[in-house]
Amino acid sequence: MTRGLAILATLALWAGISYGNRAVEWMLPALLPTPGEVVRVFLDSVRDGSLVTSVTTSLVRVAEGFGLAAAAALALGVLVGVSTPVRLLVEPIIEFVRPIPPLAFLPMFLVWFGLGEASKVAFIGYTTFFPMFVAVAASVLRVDPMLLRAAASLGATRVDLIRRVILPAALPGIIVALRLGFGLALFVIVGAEFMGADAGLGHLIMEGRTFFNPAQIVMGALVLGLLGSAANALLVAAERSLFRWREARATS
Amino acid sequence: MKIQVQRVSKSFTADGRRTPALVDIDLDVADRELICLLGPSGCGKSTLLNIVAGFLEPTSGTILVDGRPVTGPGADRGVVFQEYVLFPWLTVQGNVEFGLTLKGVPADERRRIARRYLELVGLVQHAQKFPVQLSGGMKQRVAIARALANAPSIILMDEPFGALDAQTREILQEELGRIQRVEHKTILFVTHSIREAVYLADRVVVMTSAPGRIKQIFAIKLPETRDRFAPEFTQYESEITRVVKEEVAKVHE
Ligand SMILES: Nc1ncnc2c1ncn2[C@@H]1O[C@H](COP(=O)(O)OP(=O)(O)OP(=O)(O)O)[C@@H](O)[C@H]1O
Ligand SMILES: [Mg+2]
Repeated sequence: MTRGLAILATLALWAGISYGNRAVEWMLPALLPTPGEVVRVFLDSVRDGSLVTSVTTSLVRVAEGFGLAAAAALALGVLVGVSTPVRLLVEPIIEFVRPIPPLAFLPMFLVWFGLGEASKVAFIGYTTFFPMFVAVAASVLRVDPMLLRAAASLGATRVDLIRRVILPAALPGIIVALRLGFGLALFVIVGAEFMGADAGLGHLIMEGRTFFNPAQIVMGALVLGLLGSAANALLVAAERSLFRWREARATS
Repeated sequence: MKIQVQRVSKSFTADGRRTPALVDIDLDVADRELICLLGPSGCGKSTLLNIVAGFLEPTSGTILVDGRPVTGPGADRGVVFQEYVLFPWLTVQGNVEFGLTLKGVPADERRRIARRYLELVGLVQHAQKFPVQLSGGMKQRVAIARALANAPSIILMDEPFGALDAQTREILQEELGRIQRVEHKTILFVTHSIREAVYLADRVVVMTSAPGRIKQIFAIKLPETRDRFAPEFTQYESEITRVVKEEVAKVHE
């Protein structure tokens, strides 16, 4: 309810400023697109199919890069969480590489993987891996050791402990890690597509700059925002149904 | 002998300093015996229990269970913790079935066994609830049912009723006494309550203040069903209280 109002207020503010600017020409009208123009660009690009192509191109890259990174982060995060020797080995490497802004490596990825799909997928994978890995390992390390004792005295083997205690106990944290990673993937796809891409939402936005079409830039940005919220809402809904046991008290 | 504790000592190293927690503990526990461990706070009761459970290694000495040395936790020794430690993502029934699931017992067989133990602790109608929905006393009942359903021959209980109010505590003591008359487990039970110890135990082991040694062992020769107000009961109570008080006083010196 309040969220709806806030969105409406933001739209109204934008409309007020941009249409007001039309009247007083405070800045060049073409620089500040109005909602009407953005909707027009949106409808045009839906009609000629270019928007669908851009969205699917970007989403496929995001899905592939994020999927690979998520699988790796999950496997390595759990391994680091359960094995102290592996943790001591991996931790310094991670701490060394992680503070480097991933964008600094983007040109490297273009050099290594070329301008095709591989460079974008690899870049998204690289960027999203670290935060997801760190969050997965942290949630595994946070698992209450008493739960492990309880399971071990019921006969759990090491594999049982991972499968039946560590994974379910860490799952809420793991889902948060995946949400984080997915949001980040949508974040960096734009950067990856700014440089050397011939399709995708980032390319669409860059094209708006090249052909001086600010409405197209704003439209691309809004579509990205919508995709982000939709993905987040989906994951939150999945969390709700998955973690009934945490909210059971409130609903019964 | 079901459990043999042989010259077990345990020291902890903290900040480079070794402090002994247990010194030369010798204790034989017979099959089907219920032993209560009493002693001042910090005397090493939990440490001893954790060593028997296989969670901790003794610094020296050995623990034999059925004549074989303990090397780690195992399904032959069920544990009931003071803080219940249920699996929060599993229902009551899922918790009780946990050990059976590990063993690969088929689902209908698991359900049958879980039902039997939920009946024993009076929780059948709560089988589908999650731990967050239960009171402390109910959680402790689930923890007991979970341990029993796994059919261990030994159950180790560390102040299992410590967090409960007096009434719930007495009810669960009675329940445990009743269950023990059916199930005949070998039980090592840590408590701070002398009444609880006299009510439940075949023998009460009183430990010294830290570092813990065995101070005195009382064989409780009372009928299986005990009356907390019988003169013999209060006799044991005051006798053990006197011995425990000596040790507690040392802690405060
Ligand atoms: N992991 C540990 N590291 C260092 N010292 C420990 C550890 N566990 C226990 N101790 C020490 O060993 C001694 C015995 O502790 P323990 O928990 O066995 O006592 P307890 O008899 O169970 O006490 P309480 O009745 O308060 O539960 C204490 O001095 C405690 O500080
Ligand atoms: Mg203790």
